[in-house]
Amino acid sequence: MKVDSNNFISLAEIAIDNPNLQEAITKGTNNAFDKRQLAMFADGRAHGEAMRQQAAEAKRRALRQLPELLEKAENMMTENGFIVKWAVDGNEANQMVLDIIREHGVQTVTKSKSMLTEEIGLNPVLEASDVRVVETDLGEYIIQLNNEPPSHIIAPVLHRTKAEIRDIFVRELNMTPTDDAGEMVAFARDKLRSDFVNSDMGISGGNFIIAETGSLALVMNEGNGRMCMSLPKVHVALVGIEKVIESLDDYATLTQVLPRSGTGQNMTVYTNIINGPSRPDEDGGPEIVYIILVDNGRSDIYATDYAEALACIRCGACQNACPVYRSTGGHAYGWVYGGPIGAVITPLLVGLDEASPLPYASSLCGSCKQVCPVDIDLPRMLLDLRHDLVEKGNGGRVWQLGMNAWAFGNVSPMRFELGGRVARLGQKVVGNNLPGVLGKWTKYRDFPDFAPKSFRQMWREREKGSDHNG
Amino acid sequence: MGLLERESPKGKRASLFVTCIVDMVYPGTGMSVVDILEHVGVKVDFPMEQTCCGQPAFNSGYQGDSKTVAKHFLKAFKNAEVIVTPSGSCCAMVRHEYPTLFADDPEWAAEAQRVASITWEFTEFIVDGLGITDLGLELPARQEFAFHDACHGMRLLGLGDASRTLVGNVKNADVVDLKDSDVCCGFGGLFSVKMADVSNAMLTKKMACINDSEAKTIITGDVSCMTQMNGGLSRHESSKRVRHVADVLAEGLKLAKKEVGDS
Repeated sequence: MKVDSNNFISLAEIAIDNPNLQEAITKGTNNAFDKRQLAMFADGRAHGEAMRQQAAEAKRRALRQLPELLEKAENMMTENGFIVKWAVDGNEANQMVLDIIREHGVQTVTKSKSMLTEEIGLNPVLEASDVRVVETDLGEYIIQLNNEPPSHIIAPVLHRTKAEIRDIFVRELNMTPTDDAGEMVAFARDKLRSDFVNSDMGISGGNFIIAETGSLALVMNEGNGRMCMSLPKVHVALVGIEKVIESLDDYATLTQVLPRSGTGQNMTVYTNIINGPSRPDEDGGPEIVYIILVDNGRSDIYATDYAEALACIRCGACQNACPVYRSTGGHAYGWVYGGPIGAVITPLLVGLDEASPLPYASSLCGSCKQVCPVDIDLPRMLLDLRHDLVEKGNGGRVWQLGMNAWAFGNVSPMRFELGGRVARLGQKVVGNNLPGVLGKWTKYRDFPDFAPKSFRQMWREREKGSDHNG
Repeated sequence: MGLLERESPKGKRASLFVTCIVDMVYPGTGMSVVDILEHVGVKVDFPMEQTCCGQPAFNSGYQGDSKTVAKHFLKAFKNAEVIVTPSGSCCAMVRHEYPTLFADDPEWAAEAQRVASITWEFTEFIVDGLGITDLGLELPARQEFAFHDACHGMRLLGLGDASRTLVGNVKNADVVDLKDSDVCCGFGGLFSVKMADVSNAMLTKKMACINDSEAKTIITGDVSCMTQMNGGLSRHESSKRVRHVADVLAEGLKLAKKEVGDS
């Protein structure tokens, strides 16, 4: 997917001016946010916070021993009958999938939702090789029909209203127009049935890889995923290397916070722990299961102070909680991942130069960290990325000079006071519209008058007064 | 947050860190803080060397410039026993960021730790520090107030209860709800300039909540967020306004009881 993150500001403006988008995002994020609060704190705030800390520790512990756990996982999974492959980047991963497709003579692929395959741009590669790819998660199905990327980590079509989705079905699939969501779902479900039956290969992502047991764990709410993973003869799971965790116990911890944080459910409708292909004595299931462990920049992040970002379990809670995301939606971020986690990992994965506005796409309000089920300090990382941008000279000359002048003024109370007087005088001369780059502020708001006397003047006068009196 | 390990500020001289914006734009708020502190018998001084805490540069990625100014802050408050400031955000900068900012600086690390440990936000200083929950204040007429929780104070320092308690105990003050009181107003310092459109979208939602509230006056603990919200309310000719908690409390001083005991 083309990276368009440097256009965040103009994309955000377009999103803010789009009433349908605003309606859909407000509804979607509010709903998920409220349900999360209820689910996380159903047994009290302390219990919910303790769950978060336990989950945070499970992921931190996994990250601390990431290389060892990956090796262990590979061994255990191989023992379980999986075929494990390693892809250093997206190109290699896509090529591996293509090779598997050729090897098995696959024509139709049914896909379960996977952000990683969005990240590495798998679908266009397969389609260019004349493979038919059907997204089967309802949200993904809709955006595939509409030829657009997902806008949210777990709710890909969060940015569309029901009416827009109806129009997409009518336009692309000749659906008889209806405003009944149930009817629309039944329509899509009917369409997808034949694809499931005729599919030669299923592709999925993975929520966790459990090193202890060599298992692939996936949680989902639509039956589509299970159909993708059990009906076709071949199943390929593409999983980021950061998804490995130590044990089933840790899985039990993490699987409590993931659905609670994402959708406000205590448990997803489907929980799948897959321990390899179909055994000879089993009826049904894939004959062969590939696990492609994808790095694609993750080990580079692992080597930096941003390694903590790899703890993300992709629940989308930070997106639902973020007032910036709630105003712009996910597409404005210009790549696969939007919201606070996107503002952090997009620059890390595609390069700061390709996503320089994103670290600034936050008021640093901290609600992302507050809701993160694994307590990733996203505001801290946004600050650090801003610092990296400044160090690279990416902050812009005007800001650099301004900051230097500001610091110069602030290390001397005399200059500080003089600055205040100049500002007060300047305001009298030019009025309350701020000058230069600061002018954007007064585009939307009135700036107050500087006080006729500063606090320090008032204080000096008061002290003088009390000297005279005393 | 971390209050258990903090030394009690009772009986100590309080050095006011008034903050740069209050100094230049809202000096009356600074005086309100002084009046309330003196009302409860705290001796207040104002170190004249003070300027800014360094947060504007810090939040923008200019940590070098920020450190320069932060160092000046440490010098300005070198004799302080206790620092009190009418801003959750500036307080969080000193308490939350200074120790890390100076962690690798052997000359300043210890002083940064010390200053961080003695810095209090105004309302938490009174309630958590001095143990006073009722200032014995009274407003001349009945007024309804709602609270906006400024982000840094709330999420980095755990503030919110103290100001509600103090205002709630003012005679004739009624506290009512503000929907989404814990959602950011969209200020975010440089964010409000760099991302002016997004900031305004957030402000617009905040103003809708304010306009829907029964309260005419919204109380907050940071004049920067107050400037953002009042800037929007004024532009849109709303009759509602946001005020700093110290100013609301100081309004109750005229009819106040003289004695304020511990509670």
